[in-house]
Amino acid sequence: MDFTHTEERQMVVDTLARYIQNEYNLSDRNDAAASPQGFSDVHWNNLAELGMFGVFFTEEQGGFGGSAFDVAAVFQELGRGLVVEPLLDCVLRSGHVLAAAGDFERLAKVITGASRYVVAQAHTTGDRVTAKQSEAGWILNGTAPMVKFAAGADTIVLSAQSGADAAQASFFLIDPTANGVAITHHDTFDGGSASDIHFADLAISSDALLGSAHHADTIVRTAENWACLAICAEALGIMEAIKETTLDYLRTRTQFGTVIGRFQALQHRMAQVLLEIEQARSAVINAAAAVNKSETDCDKALSAAKYSIGRIGTLVAEEAIQLHGGIGMTWEYEMGHFAKRLVMIDHEMGNADHHLARYMQFDLV
Amino acid sequence: MDTTFSPEDEDFRALVRDFVENNLPPEYARIVAEGGYLNKEQLLDWHAILRRQGWLAYNWPVEFGGTGWGPVKTHIFDEEMARADAPKVLAFNFKMLAPVLMKFGSQEQCDYYLPRMIDGTDWWCQGYSEPGAGSDLASIRTTAVRDGDDYIVNGQKTWTTLGQYANMIFCLVRTSNEGKPQAGISFLLIDLATPGIEMRPIRTIDGGYEINEVFFTNVRVPASNLVGAENEGWTYAKYLLTYERTGIAMVGASKKKLTRLKDLFAEKSRSLSVHEKALLAARIARVEIDLANMDTTNMRVLASVAGGGAPGAESSMLKILGSEIHQELDSLIRRVVGRDAQALRSGEQAPAGATNAAGVYFNNRKLSIYGGSNEIQKNIISKMILGL
Repeated sequence: MDFTHTEERQMVVDTLARYIQNEYNLSDRNDAAASPQGFSDVHWNNLAELGMFGVFFTEEQGGFGGSAFDVAAVFQELGRGLVVEPLLDCVLRSGHVLAAAGDFERLAKVITGASRYVVAQAHTTGDRVTAKQSEAGWILNGTAPMVKFAAGADTIVLSAQSGADAAQASFFLIDPTANGVAITHHDTFDGGSASDIHFADLAISSDALLGSAHHADTIVRTAENWACLAICAEALGIMEAIKETTLDYLRTRTQFGTVIGRFQALQHRMAQVLLEIEQARSAVINAAAAVNKSETDCDKALSAAKYSIGRIGTLVAEEAIQLHGGIGMTWEYEMGHFAKRLVMIDHEMGNADHHLARYMQFDLV
Repeated sequence: MDTTFSPEDEDFRALVRDFVENNLPPEYARIVAEGGYLNKEQLLDWHAILRRQGWLAYNWPVEFGGTGWGPVKTHIFDEEMARADAPKVLAFNFKMLAPVLMKFGSQEQCDYYLPRMIDGTDWWCQGYSEPGAGSDLASIRTTAVRDGDDYIVNGQKTWTTLGQYANMIFCLVRTSNEGKPQAGISFLLIDLATPGIEMRPIRTIDGGYEINEVFFTNVRVPASNLVGAENEGWTYAKYLLTYERTGIAMVGASKKKLTRLKDLFAEKSRSLSVHEKALLAARIARVEIDLANMDTTNMRVLASVAGGGAPGAESSMLKILGSEIHQELDSLIRRVVGRDAQALRSGEQAPAGATNAAGVYFNNRKLSIYGGSNEIQKNIISKMILGL
């Protein structure tokens, strides 16, 4: 039983925290987040140079970390800084898809930051992409909706239904500029971008197949688990930042001749926020500890965590805005941008209800 | 970062589990499982069983006759006891007064009272709350006035749990009206057989008899029964309350209760519509997740105090989480039992595992009130952790 980080991991976290503290300010972040790409190439390259991308992978995979607590610790820090650069989408998730497919050559370029791959899963959702085998390779049709940060990616890693049903799906590597690919980009509410990617009779060669055909579910499983853990940890970091800002406000804002933190009605709400954040922290620890356990244990702990951070994240955002009052409603005040990302996290990878329902299915219904 | 127990801890867990399986009288387990309490004779018998194993004063240091276990082993022990529906040892003796005597009492007091707690001679109860001093504990008005080698005590205590079995009471008494209310409080040990003490039962909302009020009229108490220094009692009282709150997360008891809830749900849900079933299942899933999170929150606190010493304001956090989760479990059991929960406890005829669901639910509303209400805990968190 030990809830402290190893020295190496702590050094990585400290390095990242220092970078964010010294180099990453919110107004530049918001400008980059509102740009068509949705993030800054400068920060992207700097984070890669600091070695942050290698933390998500083991030495065998070409990285120098790869444990669940490495991933959680880094994403927690990214959350604290409201970093918009898509380490989750363009490094962690796509990198682990490449790793699961055995493509370590491409993974190496992800780790250095030279290549940006983004995963579009379009074989299980309502809007599907189908892949039909042709003489030269495959023909793709359909739409992959709301693919985060596709605007910044050089390659789309697309899962499409390649057989008779959704269970038979394969991954393909797609050039977003190819004929037959049409992309609609959206700015997103919390900064950054997402894209609907349409495929109309896109012909691709057999080389474009990633890994073996019809095994997309196996290939993506680990990557999705990592992504879920990461977004939970990011949410935790955001909650910590919001808590600190809100506490500062309660200690300094004066009304009725005293700082508002003296009022019991506000103290008790803040105490509840603290409790809930500590519960969210435990949920993230439980999820990280379960990533290498059995499939059921892992899925349960990840759903428990995503449910917890979804519920608690929304609460923390709402309470922080309320405790701030009017100033919390303004664009200019930094806290609001953290609150937006925190709430939007519940709209990614399944919200609290989705994960509660998934959790229930294990042994309750 | 390692969230698992060491192999040594796991061996210890197996040892405890084995001991309880072989030594806990099934009758006691049945009473606990049904949400009941052992009578004095039964609890003293269970104490004796644990004493023979050397595990009665399990949270004490070795030099005082305890086990010397750290917080992790103590937690494992609590979990295994709860898992087996074993009765809890008398907290007033082992978890409340004893740590105060060890830290603030005299050598003579430790030498005299601690062995008597273990051998069953003394059954302690707590004289903290008064009719006019609940959450505002520092406003107590029971007085102790020095008279030669004695104090003369006058006043009234209330909510005295299991006072009907006790022969001793530790009290907060007012010895001074100077300065802040906290500054004039002393910690006094009183023999309940002393003339001038009257104990009256208070019937609780569930119909049970667990608490009392105690009246003191010119009660003569030897001054040697004072713990620590006069007017320093508030410090000791706070220390005791912090100690009282360790284990207050009730992780083991809540895990056991969750198992019972899920068993009942599996049995009863066959007669529910698909929508009713889904609504209940969602509530059960929520509390199960909250409990799993709290289990880790609790372990984090344990790990941080593993070096020794009493936990700080974190125990307030655990008290709130622990009581709310436990109350939600009681509430869900009551719901799952459904129509049958209306029946007053009716012994053998009640549905198995479902006995007294309403009684336990109502009785456990106390969890968020006693030991410093959850609102008081939030005051402590605001002050000690949040710095507001």
